[in-house]
Amino acid sequence: MIRFILLQNRQGKTRLAKYYVPLEESEKHKVEYEVHRLVVNRDAKFTNFVEFRTHKVIYRRYAGLFFSVCVDITDNELAYLESIHLFVEILDHFFSNVCELDLVFNFHKVYLILDEFILAGELQETSKRAIIERMSELEKLE
Amino acid sequence: MASSNSLMDSLFQRSLEDLIKGIRLQLHGESSFISKSLDEIRREIKSTDLSTKSIALQKLSYLAALHGVDMSWAAFHAVEVVSSSRFEDKRIGYHAIAQSFNDQTPVLLLITNQLRKDLNSSNEYEVSLALECLSRIGTDDLARDLTSEVFTLLGSSKAFVKKKAIGVVLRVFDKYPDAVKVCFKRLVENLESSDPHILSAVVGVFCELTTKDPRSYLPLAPEFYKILVDSRNNWVLIKVLKVFAKLASIEPRLAKKVADPICEHMRRNVGKSLLFECIRTVVSSLSDQETALKLAVARIRDFLVDDDPNLRYLGLHALSIVAPKHLWAVLENREAIVKALSDEDPNVKLEALHLLMAMVNEDNVSEISRILMNYALKSDLLFCNEVIASVLLACSRNSYEIIVDFDWYVSLLGEMARIPHCQRGQEIGHQLIDIGMRVKDARRELVRISRALLIDPALLGNQFLHPILSAAAWASGEYVEFSKTSYDIAEALLQPRTSLLPPSIRAIYIHSTFKVLVFSLKAYFSAQDSTSSPLVEESTNYVSSLVNAFTYESISSLVDMIELGLCSLSGTLDVEVQERAKNVLGFTGMIKHKIIEKVTSPESVIEASRAVAFMEDVFSEELGPVSSTAQEKVPLPDGLELNENLEDLQEICGEFLKPVVDSNSNSFSSSEKISFSVAKLRISDQLEASSSSSSHPPESASLLAEHRKRHGLYYLSSQKSDDHDDSNGNNNNTLNEYPPANEILADSFNPKKKMNQSKPRPVVVKLDEGDDIKMKPDGSSNHEPLSRAIQTALMGKGKEKEREKDNPERSLDSGTKEQSLRKDKKTKKKNGEKSSKHRSRRRSDKDASAAKPVDIVDFLL
Repeated sequence: MIRFILLQNRQGKTRLAKYYVPLEESEKHKVEYEVHRLVVNRDAKFTNFVEFRTHKVIYRRYAGLFFSVCVDITDNELAYLESIHLFVEILDHFFSNVCELDLVFNFHKVYLILDEFILAGELQETSKRAIIERMSELEKLE
Repeated sequence: MASSNSLMDSLFQRSLEDLIKGIRLQLHGESSFISKSLDEIRREIKSTDLSTKSIALQKLSYLAALHGVDMSWAAFHAVEVVSSSRFEDKRIGYHAIAQSFNDQTPVLLLITNQLRKDLNSSNEYEVSLALECLSRIGTDDLARDLTSEVFTLLGSSKAFVKKKAIGVVLRVFDKYPDAVKVCFKRLVENLESSDPHILSAVVGVFCELTTKDPRSYLPLAPEFYKILVDSRNNWVLIKVLKVFAKLASIEPRLAKKVADPICEHMRRNVGKSLLFECIRTVVSSLSDQETALKLAVARIRDFLVDDDPNLRYLGLHALSIVAPKHLWAVLENREAIVKALSDEDPNVKLEALHLLMAMVNEDNVSEISRILMNYALKSDLLFCNEVIASVLLACSRNSYEIIVDFDWYVSLLGEMARIPHCQRGQEIGHQLIDIGMRVKDARRELVRISRALLIDPALLGNQFLHPILSAAAWASGEYVEFSKTSYDIAEALLQPRTSLLPPSIRAIYIHSTFKVLVFSLKAYFSAQDSTSSPLVEESTNYVSSLVNAFTYESISSLVDMIELGLCSLSGTLDVEVQERAKNVLGFTGMIKHKIIEKVTSPESVIEASRAVAFMEDVFSEELGPVSSTAQEKVPLPDGLELNENLEDLQEICGEFLKPVVDSNSNSFSSSEKISFSVAKLRISDQLEASSSSSSHPPESASLLAEHRKRHGLYYLSSQKSDDHDDSNGNNNNTLNEYPPANEILADSFNPKKKMNQSKPRPVVVKLDEGDDIKMKPDGSSNHEPLSRAIQTALMGKGKEKEREKDNPERSLDSGTKEQSLRKDKKTKKKNGEKSSKHRSRRRSDKDASAAKPVDIVDFLL
């Protein structure tokens, strides 16, 4: 199960944070700081998985943003790497060549997409087409 | 006035976009800008106009999510916003709720009705909002109240609503297990759905549930099996494989059946993630299935040589899972592993290191250590220490099981000490002493290495290596009879450089010098008396083998050197060092006098030699390792009643006594860091010090407590000896001052001789120390109600299906299986419930009243 998802830039600013386990505010800060430190120092040639406390963080860097997903030790790393890529593809499609600024100004839309994608810590939809259709339907409502 | 206020507010309310822009424009005053905006938000949110409120809430959510602002005060407003009929507002409201509500939020009760309304709404988007919210914040009450709504939604015609409902079920089950009665059936029905989205959601839920409690879901194995065979969707297959990994580990017959489809998947050209999951399942739960295992290992090899570092890492990881049982797989890939040691990624290096350690055995231990030491020299601090630590661990396992040539190992320990980044001084020092105690034959080499370490200037500066120096000093003193010349040892111990060391270690140096002195004097006097003395002591053998026999000149120069070296210390500030120095100086003063007089009068020689013999007796008692369970083996004399902690005294002097049970444990744990000989002398001090930190009994009548404090060493420990092993390892031995009982040592000698070796392996004294780590039983008490509910649900389901499925021929096998399965399932029957009557559908002709154990095997065989 996914414990949290973080989008952070190279300086450590969090652009998106979604937690699927209950955590205190101060805990969240600590976690974000630690994860950032963990992934920002790793070379591009290293593996995309690191151990973090008693879990794993699977991360990937897209331009200036680090997408980090914290999962249980037993989860399949490659599958979650795929899911990160899927998420990025969806964002790209939705915002048409997404950049960091898009994410900053449309944070509620990003959350919406994330909610379609993951529910209660589990991937609930893996088809890009389905999610995009849903999002366009939701857009029409507003 | 109020309305105009709100008009003004809504006209000039900053939207979210403005807020973000504003924050970004601030270069320095970000926090003041944020607090200003917060004030604005507080005002706006109280407005009666819902859209103003919702925008304010949206801004607040943003600030809370990304800038850590607390938004719990706005909980009530969030509830208000959610009640709006506009979808936009609802969305904002639910988002805020999902983000900020937790179990303690007081207004949680207020949203129950709102959630219910939205869950029942015809607008599927509202439904999905509500479902998402519920999945994040569901509490017991909410779960209980809304179970029926969720149940309805599980049967919804809209696919994505159903999907979300399935996802929510996980949370609901977790918080309110009785929901199972209602929802489980529909959930299981969804396993047979043809829609891949639904399927993946359902399987995901079961994957999570199975991880926590596999046994309850065993009956559903056939459904999962069907999915395993039919589905071509990678995500679904990965989840199903996870489920089977858990199920197969508790039901081995399942493993056999599942191996074939998994092999099929591995042979197809599937995505790497699925391939890896297959490999992982095979090596962790199906490692008994030969074909599957061979195939998996072949695929692992492909991973290991791939360019992608991720795949290399995963390959190594999979190998490490399979290593304990199937070492051949690791050995086959030896080159790839060694190559991985030089990879840049620390993760990969660590995995390779662990695998290499798994491969180590008696024959290749020196070769592998050589390779690893070279790597350690080249690597950075962290990896270097990892390497050293793992080599130390592997070699010392089971009392140095894999070491045959201890001389080589001792020199390896010395080499490790010289590696620049080494920080494992503690462990190395401990092993040096340990080997000295246990392996007599290695003592000569040990003394040689110790001397080399003592004179090496590099070690003095590195504070991590001080434990090694103290170990070396102790070993030199204790086993000085194995050295070539005691003069060299004494010289090494008296170096002026030792003033850089902390006082505790210098104390050891001085004490060792004392031992060297006594030994030398004894040797000298024995040499003198060997012509006239009737005593035939063992030490004369050693004396005669010494290259330099002691002459008058050499012994007096030795004594002089010692005096000179220690004179300066007799005025140091540290009391320990000063005291010891003075002890030795006092002794030398006495002896020197006699030696000089020796030339003139023989009687003084005898006096001197008697004095020396006296001292030598003190040091001659060999210190050996003592098992921590040794005390237990001492038989109790009759008539002696031993109570654990003298509770009876409570009755007698109850109000005066406070429990001091902890004083002993404090002393034991604090002694961990102190080296061997120092610990002996300092025990009484420590007990004093540590028990003063524990509870102070009132002065009035705590005679027992006082006595215990002072003589705590002689009290039986109030804890079990196993606990001592856990926290202190071998160091418990140091606290038992009594020489070991003879029968224990005799029993534990275990001579091993290898015919093929050129040199027989020396004797290693082993003791019957218990395991350090105790396995803790799994805490499955939280899952009890859920498991019970699931089992009941499955029972009910089975009765319905009894008429549907009919397989008379399979029922023949069931009779024989019943016996063995019944034994397996006994553990499940905690509440007297029969765990799986549902399988009665397989046997239509059997009596339903008889106990029917799980019968999945029938279907699968």
